[in-house]
Amino acid sequence: MDHKEEMEMNEEIGIREVEENQARSDHMKYLPDMEILSDSDIQEKVIRAMEDYDYTRYTASDVKRALEKEYLSPDDFGALLSPAAEPFLEQMARRATEETQKHFGNSVLLFTPLYISNYCENYCIYCGFNCKNKIRRAKLDEDGIRREMEAIAKTGMEEVLILTGESKKMSDVKYIGRACEIAHEYFKNVGVEVYPMNTDEYAYIHKCGADYVTVFQETYDSERYEQLHLAGHKRVFPYRLNAQERAVRGGMRGVAFAALLGLSDFRKDAFAVGNHAYLIQRKYPHAEISFSCPRLRPIINNDKINPKDVHEKQLLQVMCAYRIFMPFAGITISTRERAGFRDHVIGMCATKISAGVSTGIGSHVEGDEGEGDSQFEISDGRSLAEVIEAIKGRGLQPVLNDYVFI
Amino acid sequence: MSDKLIIGGHEFTSRFILGSGKYDPELIRAAVEHAGAQIITLALRRVNSFSGNILEHIPEGVTLLPNTSGARNAEEAVKIAKLAREAGCGEFIKIEVIHDSKYLLPDNYETAKACEMLAKEGFIPMPYMYPDLNAARDMVNAGAAAIMPLAAPIGSNQGQATQSFIRILIEEIDLPIIVDAGIGKPSQACEAMEMGAAAIMANTAIATAGNIVEMAEAFRHAIIAGRTAYLAGTGRVLDRASASSPLTGFLQE
Repeated sequence: MDHKEEMEMNEEIGIREVEENQARSDHMKYLPDMEILSDSDIQEKVIRAMEDYDYTRYTASDVKRALEKEYLSPDDFGALLSPAAEPFLEQMARRATEETQKHFGNSVLLFTPLYISNYCENYCIYCGFNCKNKIRRAKLDEDGIRREMEAIAKTGMEEVLILTGESKKMSDVKYIGRACEIAHEYFKNVGVEVYPMNTDEYAYIHKCGADYVTVFQETYDSERYEQLHLAGHKRVFPYRLNAQERAVRGGMRGVAFAALLGLSDFRKDAFAVGNHAYLIQRKYPHAEISFSCPRLRPIINNDKINPKDVHEKQLLQVMCAYRIFMPFAGITISTRERAGFRDHVIGMCATKISAGVSTGIGSHVEGDEGEGDSQFEISDGRSLAEVIEAIKGRGLQPVLNDYVFI
Repeated sequence: MSDKLIIGGHEFTSRFILGSGKYDPELIRAAVEHAGAQIITLALRRVNSFSGNILEHIPEGVTLLPNTSGARNAEEAVKIAKLAREAGCGEFIKIEVIHDSKYLLPDNYETAKACEMLAKEGFIPMPYMYPDLNAARDMVNAGAAAIMPLAAPIGSNQGQATQSFIRILIEEIDLPIIVDAGIGKPSQACEAMEMGAAAIMANTAIATAGNIVEMAEAFRHAIIAGRTAYLAGTGRVLDRASASSPLTGFLQE
């Protein structure tokens, strides 16, 4: 299947789903239980800048000028994400490597994601957990969580990222908080990637031991977002977009940003991600910023999903642009990518890599097939020990923890 | 050897201190064996790891200087310092209070507060600070054992971007001034020592060098050269050219 056909295939999936769901709610309208940050203008600024961002207007000299600057402006960042920057990918990779060395030395942090529930109330047509997808659903109870964490901790892992499908009914804030408390017994560093919460809920989760919050906006293009997220809380675009700000206000030390590359115009999405992080950092200078760079992956019952026009080359361009624009920010590289790609981007732009990954429920305990199906297919199934060896093999230093909970 | 560095009543003959940041057993070995480091900074957040006790990598006779990196205010710095003491890191504490994730610039106000709180708790506080004379005086009054001004933004390898201000601290403050952060090359370390800095703290410059051992050696030589020049009293370096025919030559007896 050539590239054009692939793109059409994805479009078709989208359109078909949209047609099946005629009566859809207003995705810009907050639901009653959702907190509104009425004093914040970050969303407005991010969206306006993205709408104004015309990546076709940049030239080679704009790219060169950006690469010569010590501190880049959002407009320079826009130049690095533009097609005009593609011929400069090698120079970008060199500058990115320099910045990564300056700010992180040879260190590469390790973590593993732990999925504790895959119940989901959202209907996001590209996601394996979506509520219409016929998969095995499961939710770990306290003992199950403990068993999984014990098994992961035994491998030597010291940082865990707790994930759930997005169902506040099946995995309420208390449940997630309890998981964080248990995680705090086994791990030095606990992060969450769960449904967006209100400020007081983030404060509660923080009190339970989590200090980092990851929320993928998926796409910052509101129209496209509306077509892809057909039902559930997640359908509310602005509530999701303001999650990081609420998390920081709730006392979280760090927040992570991402667009799922391939859902919409990836250059505009990446520009919005960078700008969003930039504005949060300016407003909350103490907040630790990091980026994830996920591309679309095949899911159970739909192996046709693919990242469209975001090939490895474009992905690397995005990652290097993030690094050069915000040299101090963490960048996490997902197991969505193959081992060969991951091993080369650590030390260049990525500063954190996952290992021993399973995106299913309850599959870390030895001999256990797992109770619930996975969110997406991973491309790199290496264990912690294998990834540590790969890091060392590249002359870098694996770091299991660089954090203290206070 | 009577030229000693004295911090909080403890004597050291080396004037190179290994910074934390990019911690690595290989780097520690090079710093001790080839740069002559007697003090090694360690971030508690790194010590605080299950996998292998970092403290085991510290050679005997080397003084540990745990830092409070990760602290965003004075209270958090005190908490981290206490955790470090419990972990067996001793009484020395390098105070780092940072709530700026972009430039990682220290907050002098919170740092001075932390200094006072920690001195009262029996620590030997060594504050990392932005070179401001008033803040440095506050830290001295709060019980600091040394003042550690930054030369340039951390990890920037820019050398002494704040040279004029560090010079003022050296002139006015009676405690050892240890130049921290931003020293990227041995020549920059030498320059700071020549100016009268009591010691140099570096990490990135050595950690990211092509050959760690050789760079560690180079720093040792540079620091000794700078110190020796300072003690020798550098010759008069004129800021302006001296006029060949003096303006006051017309005066009669």
